[in-house]
Amino acid sequence: MSTPALETHDLTVTYHKRPVLYGVDLAIPEGNLVGIIGPNGAGKSTFIKAVMGVVPGSSGWVKVFGKPLKDMRHRVGYVPQRESVDWDFPVTVMDVALMGTYGELGLFRRVGKRERMIASESLDKVGMLPYANRQIGNLSGGQQQRVFLARALAQDSDLYFMDEPFVGVDAATERAIIELLQEMRAQGKTVIVVHHDLQSAQQYFDMLMLLNMRLVACGKTKDIFTTELLQKTYGGKLTILSEMADKAAKSSF
Amino acid sequence: MNLIELPWAYFGIGAVWLTLMAFLVALPCSQLGAYLVLRRMSLVGDAISHSVLPGIVIAFLFVGDLASPWLMLGAASTGLLVTLLIEQIHHRTRIKQDSAIGIAFTSLFALGVVMISLKLRGVHLDAECVLEGSLGDILNYNTVAVMGLDVPTPIVTMAAVCAITLLLIVVFYRVLTLSSFDPGLASSYGYRPVWVHYALMAFLSVVVVSAFQAVGAILVIALLVIPASTAYLCTHRLKWMLVLSGVHALLSSVAGMYLHVWINGNQAAATVVSGLVLFLLAWFFGPADGMATKFVNRRNKEFTEPFV
Repeated sequence: MSTPALETHDLTVTYHKRPVLYGVDLAIPEGNLVGIIGPNGAGKSTFIKAVMGVVPGSSGWVKVFGKPLKDMRHRVGYVPQRESVDWDFPVTVMDVALMGTYGELGLFRRVGKRERMIASESLDKVGMLPYANRQIGNLSGGQQQRVFLARALAQDSDLYFMDEPFVGVDAATERAIIELLQEMRAQGKTVIVVHHDLQSAQQYFDMLMLLNMRLVACGKTKDIFTTELLQKTYGGKLTILSEMADKAAKSSF
Repeated sequence: MNLIELPWAYFGIGAVWLTLMAFLVALPCSQLGAYLVLRRMSLVGDAISHSVLPGIVIAFLFVGDLASPWLMLGAASTGLLVTLLIEQIHHRTRIKQDSAIGIAFTSLFALGVVMISLKLRGVHLDAECVLEGSLGDILNYNTVAVMGLDVPTPIVTMAAVCAITLLLIVVFYRVLTLSSFDPGLASSYGYRPVWVHYALMAFLSVVVVSAFQAVGAILVIALLVIPASTAYLCTHRLKWMLVLSGVHALLSSVAGMYLHVWINGNQAAATVVSGLVLFLLAWFFGPADGMATKFVNRRNKEFTEPFV
């Protein structure tokens, strides 16, 4: 078996001495589109941030393509939540796409022709090239998310972590994003996405991670998208949820 | 008398030195201020400007010279201390950041004032100078010969601080910008935004303490925030924002000189008032967000849209 794209062992995160994520053990093989599913406060974003080393206070270990993250940063791309940045910041769409090339550039090298080429191509792929010179505040939510995605493409990584890329985007953008993600998977890339909509989760992802502070299950969508496991993830009280899962299960046959 | 020559008639060559000093103080402040404004940390600038006082006093006790570089080191360390203090109070207790800032800097400032009144009574480091600064004093300092000119020492020191600030901003432009815009992505690249934060704060302390003597603890905040905010209203590009902040620093120090001579008042205050006028102009007529500009744009839209 080849080395997994992502492997974590006993990954635990504490905020203010209170644990928010306990002992996550998993291995995700290369070339998968993975959805992280769970209720609010389940630690979905925290999991991604802990893997990327963005939040302190985590223990356990993380391996990316069989090595510690710090040796593999150039192969890992990160798309934070759209609301996590200030969209009034005086930068253009092009500037944001160029930020995707900063990892390769290191600390001091200047942005050159090559970086501009990469950024333009990435913007073109998400249909945002005509807006290259716009200030990012003058974009719709969907357009902002596309710019973030273009920045991720410019990173040209093999493993991507995306935090809620479908929040607050229009239907057309959602479709465009999922097509792009599927195209990335077809190129052998691994994409791990925090997602909150159960209904679309089943169609979008070939693997799911069910998370509620602990890892409830992780595996092929068709194996683990069951009423029992979903109830375990969301707590038994959500009957609507289980009905929906039933319906979803029936419709897939 | 010709109006343009008025400052010259008052101070002779001193008019040039005073204007240059005001500019050399305002320029690095404007550049760091741009990042403070973007990081929503203007109040931390306020905190640092007040809390450098005990650092200056302690260093002054050891070296006994207000122009010594040791003062900067002392000030930079208390500047860092106050940022650490703010973070610690904020993280380790339930107290929110605004209150943490209020606690940390006022107490350090008070500590400094107590130290002055205990140890340094009669020395020229009085509370008035701390609050308002005294730009005019630079003319009483020794001069150094630079290219055949007798330049007052504080100008040479300030020029060095200014040059280093500009150099650091150019070299670390990408790191600073990304850490300010998207700390998550920055740390995923291994940039350490926390270190960037403390480095920025340490350097801010150095700049603030060099500006301190000239413009005082309160007006230095104006030099940090007003140029950057003015530029922010005029452009949507970070590079232009930095350039325009610098232009604002230049215009307000020259206009400040004239105002100073005209009203025969405090030069630092005159500089800040001139800067404020520029800010108001940007508010109304700024090409990016000015009220008049928005009004014109809206009218144009009303005329064109029905035909689209």
